[in-house]
Amino acid sequence: MGGEAITARGVGKRFQLHHKRATSLKERLLLARSSSSEDFWALRNVDLTVGQAETVGLIGPNGSGKSTLLKVLAGILAPTTGEVEVRGRIASLLELGAGFSGELTGRENVYLNASILGLTRREIDRQFDSIVDFAELEPFIDNQVKHYSSGMYVRLGFAVAAHVDPDVLLVDEVLAVGDEAFAAKCLAKVAEFQAQGRTILFVTHGLDQVSQVCDRAVVLNQGRLLFDGEPAEAVSKLRAFLGTSEDPAAGLGGDGLLQIVDAHVIDPAGGGVQLDFHVGDKLAIDVLVKGRPEAPAADLRLVVTGPADYPMFLMESPRGVVPAGGASRVVRFLIPAFPSLQGLFSLSVALIRSGGKDVLDARRFGERIRVYGPATHGLRLVDFETELLEPEDRR
Amino acid sequence: MASAADARALAQTRVRWELLANLVRKDLKVKYKNSALGFAWSLANPLLYLAVFSIVFSGFLLRGGVPSFAVYLMSGLLVWNFFATATMGATGAVTGSANLVKKVRFPRIVLPLASVGFAGVHFVLQLAVLFVVLVPLHPAAFGAQLWLALPTLAVAVAFTIGMSLLASSLNVRFRDVEHLLEVALLAWFWLTPIVYPIALVKERLGELFWVYMANPMAAVVAAMQRAIYADAAPIGKDGVPVPVLADGGYAFYLRWLGVAGAVSLVLIGVGLFTFRRLEADFAEEL
Repeated sequence: MGGEAITARGVGKRFQLHHKRATSLKERLLLARSSSSEDFWALRNVDLTVGQAETVGLIGPNGSGKSTLLKVLAGILAPTTGEVEVRGRIASLLELGAGFSGELTGRENVYLNASILGLTRREIDRQFDSIVDFAELEPFIDNQVKHYSSGMYVRLGFAVAAHVDPDVLLVDEVLAVGDEAFAAKCLAKVAEFQAQGRTILFVTHGLDQVSQVCDRAVVLNQGRLLFDGEPAEAVSKLRAFLGTSEDPAAGLGGDGLLQIVDAHVIDPAGGGVQLDFHVGDKLAIDVLVKGRPEAPAADLRLVVTGPADYPMFLMESPRGVVPAGGASRVVRFLIPAFPSLQGLFSLSVALIRSGGKDVLDARRFGERIRVYGPATHGLRLVDFETELLEPEDRR
Repeated sequence: MASAADARALAQTRVRWELLANLVRKDLKVKYKNSALGFAWSLANPLLYLAVFSIVFSGFLLRGGVPSFAVYLMSGLLVWNFFATATMGATGAVTGSANLVKKVRFPRIVLPLASVGFAGVHFVLQLAVLFVVLVPLHPAAFGAQLWLALPTLAVAVAFTIGMSLLASSLNVRFRDVEHLLEVALLAWFWLTPIVYPIALVKERLGELFWVYMANPMAAVVAAMQRAIYADAAPIGKDGVPVPVLADGGYAFYLRWLGVAGAVSLVLIGVGLFTFRRLEADFAEEL
């Protein structure tokens, strides 16, 4: 077959920050001369080609422009610079069930939504049973969508989008929604699309998924293309960048000036290294650092990550917690009460030159804390304090 | 393979009748969901108007100057209502579908067009009801002059589409358009010969009557009245002919319909251009 399914040349996208945006004639007149609009480039000079039947993962830190790139490729946003060419029918799973009307029944919404996505009535007739079947909504299909649970809503949205029979599928993290069984079903559908030789580009935070599913991966950072190639390499590049790497000093300032030796989670009351904790428990994380005499002062950044390397919370030490001059040091992060999270957590530790930005060393320590207890969702602030101990001080 | 893919890609960006019909159907369904009489309400609307104005102006309460005033009113009011509801609906059509516009690729131009379609469905049905009532009430309507309604409707639809395209896209950029239009339509209503006899305007303005007729909706409404109300100067209560319409022939109406039609085509051109220009930024502005 050959040929490119997606071609983006020199794509840039500028947003004008909204706080100064004139949205009425009055403001327009008032702001006419001040021209105080602030520009923000969400994408800069991105070149990307995706061949037919290729599956490409799009990864990068939050705010790196992944979703913007997908929207530009989907034809929802117009690029400020450069050009985009996509061959064939696009299905963009940016938000499931976008455009559903709560007043209409599931059946009516399927017809309307599929029609908006470019299907003819005959095509929808042919696919209808399969859509309902996939969404597992047979008994409710003639109920108004406003009475659906959020899970049902999302399932129906995915089912419709998956039956659009796309040549190019753009997926934005939607596979993370719904319960586990449904997420697995969605992934199976993606695998089916792959087998059928369709082109898939998807954004994900699940870095493990990238190596499993993709032929290629692209790393974006601050709107620029950082890397384009082997998924495994892309993931390690990103992990190194985020300071969540498994290998010591993977590709980063690894001149051994200052190194992270180990990290332990201990019970500050009982003493020893411990894995199991309960929500609300007091715990301490000791980070062992070793450096050469010429080593500079450094800060420590510790990220507690959950499944798929999803960051749960971040702790940053005071400036210069590791003094200059090397030697072996232990920095203790003391958490008086572990927040209401549940599961198995890993630690990502990065050593940053004090007052600078360059990462001296970064390491990831897998599965160091297991927490039991009631869990809630969402971001949270965690109280903690740090202190510098000499290695001998360790109790 | 490539050309098939291109055709399928086109289906996502081209305006398709089926999609337009589906959107109109959705609006109708949403509007009449949970109402027992549903559509009947919209059909009853012109009948109620007819009844009320027939009684009020029959000499029972007021001595109106225009014979069969209710028929005169309805022949102009229905087409005005079509224009006004379509334009107002279209103005909020893109902003009201923000979620869709921001997340899905589809031809956005169907949104204002669906508002025109929605108003059009009501218009056609109300017109049908009016004609049924006219059989006993105003048989004069069913003469050769009724053919004039066809070019009139064509111009009305063209003008409405032009206004809708312009208003819907501008409203995304400046939300003032919605409020501005509301006020403008009120003034516009009184600048159009719907509730007063146009003959009166012609008499008062004299040489300057052309300024009044330059309003495309005045041309449309006047022609609609000629088509349905038919008689330019019907015999009043006291046996004297009362001048109501501007002209008893066809040339006057066709000429002004021609002007309004030309204005409409230009407006559609401007509307399309504006819509296409602003469309690219819809997803950002919403």
